[in-house]
Amino acid sequence: MKNWGFKISQARIIDLDKANTKMFEDLCLKVPSAKRCIMCGGCSATCTASNHTNFNFRNCNLMFRRGQFEGLAEELDKCMLCGKCKLVCPRGVNTRAIIYNMRIILNKMNYKNIEL
Amino acid sequence: MKNKSVIIIGAGVAGIEAANNIAENGYNVTLIEKENLLGGNLKNYAKLFPDFYEAGEVKNNLINKLNSENINVYNNNEITELFFENNKWQAVNSQNQKFLADAALLTTGFTVFDAKRKEELGYGIYDNVITSLEFENMYKTGKITTKQGNIPERIAFLNCVGSRDEKVGNHYCSRVCCINAVKQASEFKEIYPDSQAYCFYMDMRMAGQFYEELYRKSQEKHNVIYIRGRISEAAATLDNKIQIKSEDTLSGLPLKMTVDLLVLMVGIEASIGTNQLASQNEINGEYGFAKSKGLYGNDNITNKKGLFLAGTCKRPLTIPETIADAKAAANQIIKYLNQI
Ligand code: SF4
Ligand code: SF4
Ligand code: SF4
Repeated sequence: MKNWGFKISQARIIDLDKANTKMFEDLCLKVPSAKRCIMCGGCSATCTASNHTNFNFRNCNLMFRRGQFEGLAEELDKCMLCGKCKLVCPRGVNTRAIIYNMRIILNKMNYKNIEL
Repeated sequence: MKNKSVIIIGAGVAGIEAANNIAENGYNVTLIEKENLLGGNLKNYAKLFPDFYEAGEVKNNLINKLNSENINVYNNNEITELFFENNKWQAVNSQNQKFLADAALLTTGFTVFDAKRKEELGYGIYDNVITSLEFENMYKTGKITTKQGNIPERIAFLNCVGSRDEKVGNHYCSRVCCINAVKQASEFKEIYPDSQAYCFYMDMRMAGQFYEELYRKSQEKHNVIYIRGRISEAAATLDNKIQIKSEDTLSGLPLKMTVDLLVLMVGIEASIGTNQLASQNEINGEYGFAKSKGLYGNDNITNKKGLFLAGTCKRPLTIPETIADAKAAANQIIKYLNQI
């Protein structure tokens, strides 16, 4: 087939009719403070890992909340679980516990097999 | 009948407004202020949001009305105790002098958040991190400069310092600092149109008449730049500038920049007097503010007979709200005095 030099890209839309938001509910059972995040970006601004990589905890957390899991496990691998983010959070969100539990849940969902 | 009396503790906006209203109706008012000058927190402001009305004029209008012979003003008097005994409300000052009356009105107001408590923002450590109060003072003198005396080419305002922050124990929103940041950024650009002004926010809370309009104007006319993200760190550079870090949450990218002046929009906390006198009378509510009997129609009375509340000793309020609240309290007090 002739290559016309363009391709149909995957739809980039959050479809909340179809998205799996149940996983976030599960996460909240483990880390209730996850519900309180107001996406202020304090954590991601101070994050040790994002000084060196393009890691963004706040965004990962939001994607998980919206049921968008593609590539998330790889992203979360960049976090060193240092806990600095937790020190600045104005809503007292247990950020580190969120990352840890997101990893476990994603692993169970087979989004990526990571060693824990 | 009219020789009945009321003690008002705190001669800020609420205290003075209530004193005038009660005295007009022929009752005796003892107005007690801990500071030398009357006017409370209003003294700290140059112009008011959202219409840039002169704060001094509001203050003078209030104070000029105090000349009723029914009002006795005692300044430099800090009340440390307030209680009901022998059918009188009794206020005791730090020199153990007593003031007696049939009713008492608490108008002990607020104090601003101590920015040193947010260590990561560098207030009290770096010269060019200042509070919104200090900005206001500089604006009054007409000279907004860095500590080194230079014209700031870039200024940043940071919202929610000491408010909406679990780390300092204040979950609530102080309500006035968003619009105050818009006001101050506009004032800054009015003086220095060639400089840049940035405002870092978590949410822009423009819930007052003409607030949104002022916000629009600050964008259109003054080119104030709004960035949605909380600054989590500030550090001085070798040339005394301040480097700040936040996330630009709308683009999802980390953001850093250097500014000449960082202004912390400090929130509203209950004053020490509010906290102290409210707890002595078991009407202390959350965060050290005083608690009224109820929000709907009972907001000026308390669970203590003859003890009334007005203004920011209850919660963060704007100046027009405080004036209206003081009038309402005066009305309640007059009714009460008529009845006893
Ligand atoms: S600092 Fe806290 S509230 Fe802000 S985005 Fe991070 S987790 Fe959410
Ligand atoms: S725990 Fe992870 S997300 Fe938080 S500051 Fe450390 S590296 Fe960044
Ligand atoms: S008014 Fe604005 S700056 Fe002040 S606490 Fe509320 S949201 Fe924060």
